[in-house]
Amino acid sequence: MSEPLLKVSHLSKRFDNFVAVDDVSFTLPSARTLGIVGESGSGKTTLIRCVLRALQPSSGEVEFRGDDGWQRIDQLSDKALVPLRREMQMIFQDPFASLNPRMTVGQILEEPLIIHRLGDKATRRRTVLEMLDRVQMPHSVLSRYPHAFSGGQRQRIGIARALILKPSLVVCDESVSALDVSVQAQIINLLEDLQRDLGLTYIFVSHDLSVVRHICDDLLVMYHGKVVESGAVASIYAAPQQPYTRLLLSAIPSPDPDIALAPLPRSTIAEQSSAGD
Amino acid sequence: MIAPLVSIKDLSVEFRTDTGIASALTGVSFDIPRGQVTAVVGESGSGKSVTANCIMRLLAASGRVSGGSIELFPADQSPFDVIALKPSDSRLHDLRGGLVSMVFQEPMTALSPVHTVGDQVSEAILSHRDVSREESQQRAMTMLQRVGLGEDIALLERYPFELSGGMRQRVVIAMALVCEPQLLICDEPTTALDVTIQAEILQLIRSLQQELDNAVLFITHDLGVVAQIAHNVVVMYQGRVLETGTVRQVLKTPLHPYTRGLIAAIPGQARLGQRLPTIEQVVGDFDLDEPHPLVPLSAGRSVALPTQDAQARLKAQMERGDV
Repeated sequence: MSEPLLKVSHLSKRFDNFVAVDDVSFTLPSARTLGIVGESGSGKTTLIRCVLRALQPSSGEVEFRGDDGWQRIDQLSDKALVPLRREMQMIFQDPFASLNPRMTVGQILEEPLIIHRLGDKATRRRTVLEMLDRVQMPHSVLSRYPHAFSGGQRQRIGIARALILKPSLVVCDESVSALDVSVQAQIINLLEDLQRDLGLTYIFVSHDLSVVRHICDDLLVMYHGKVVESGAVASIYAAPQQPYTRLLLSAIPSPDPDIALAPLPRSTIAEQSSAGD
Repeated sequence: MIAPLVSIKDLSVEFRTDTGIASALTGVSFDIPRGQVTAVVGESGSGKSVTANCIMRLLAASGRVSGGSIELFPADQSPFDVIALKPSDSRLHDLRGGLVSMVFQEPMTALSPVHTVGDQVSEAILSHRDVSREESQQRAMTMLQRVGLGEDIALLERYPFELSGGMRQRVVIAMALVCEPQLLICDEPTTALDVTIQAEILQLIRSLQQELDNAVLFITHDLGVVAQIAHNVVVMYQGRVLETGTVRQVLKTPLHPYTRGLIAAIPGQARLGQRLPTIEQVVGDFDLDEPHPLVPLSAGRSVALPTQDAQARLKAQMERGDV
């Protein structure tokens, strides 16, 4: 197994008395894809926000392997975090809400380079054009505004913006959930190509268990802020160990009409919470 | 073949836009049989919601039905063409919420935030049935019990923001079914829900459909949902119907290349490590933008392919014993 890129130990996040993330630990090997699944309110988004330090964790450690060796994300000052922000980027769910409607595609893609003071005007332009090639968009899109593009094209622009700083970790928060199935297949293939070509490490947050099965190597299953099961995707799908994981998997509607939907009742996870405490 | 409750014939709809007239539906024809679930499946822009809205006569002001008819055959009155109804016709009021009702994707926007659950469910009864206030509250309570919200009398006094997403969708379903409509239209009713809640709502819709023996038109882009809920399937693409048939015919032996592409592009079934086939790859040289007339093959089974092509495919399948 490759060297880890990220280590999270005993991470918790409380909002007043509510525990959103409860003692989560995991290690993320580089150039692999970790899926995080769970229902709304299970703490997936809060967890990744703490990992990216968009939120300050209440307790626990987040270590990230940057260019200068291991760094404690949870302890760095805002200023010391700036160079690490280049290394960790995010692709959002809604390609309509995550692009500034008043900026051209060229401005959207160049802005991260300007913020991080990378290169002069000519090299920035070259970087932007290379990135457009990578996401298979024509150079003619540079002067156009987001409204002129379809959902799938906008998601390509969002991916280009995330990758333009050459990050090592890319967090995809429901990045293909809003797309039609034909476009979804193209974007999933693109993400896989980019991972292979650029050696990217992905955290893939999704409620779509079929997408997760296709794209992820490893999996964290979250329930009420806790990780209830973790391991390789193939083995979890083949033999889920925890009642909650079984419940989630049983709820996926099969596209084969001969395999009837038979979701396990919620009562099967009563034992889960007592066993976990 | 079961007698249809709704027969859509050659329906065409266009919208006025800044850049001219845009065609949303072109010659859409299919039947909705009584007592069965018919799924309309397609991607954004395929016209599935516009078709449903036409049945309720809920087209946006910029839209216009430019041709075709939607014949409705209610159980207890003479049939009529929904499209031909004048705005003053009392049957239009009866149609919306009485004969036909609708469940939307996002339960929070379908419910009023300033009215209690009880008032919202009973409002539908008061506007369509001649009953007292007490009677309407009573029926509302019974309906809420049938959708699985029954234990709690206090629910009637609660507001939508106090409920979870799954409970809200149950309230919307109760509102839609409280007048026992002959057709229930569900427009992506589970898309905004968690997969576990989706499974509960699908089972609820299916069991209420069997109980009430009504017709359901179920609009979705998710073929997994189609496989689990539908008896019949209509595949739409860019305002046209490409294929119709029973759920087993369409999903197990799809005839149209686009249908095959849709099925192939579902993630999770390709063997691990393989790329997802995109629709373009599956469709290959076939030109999806070229409209072909829908060729009837057998009762309820049709496909929009060049005629010789369709017949050749059908023949091949019959020889294999697939149809």
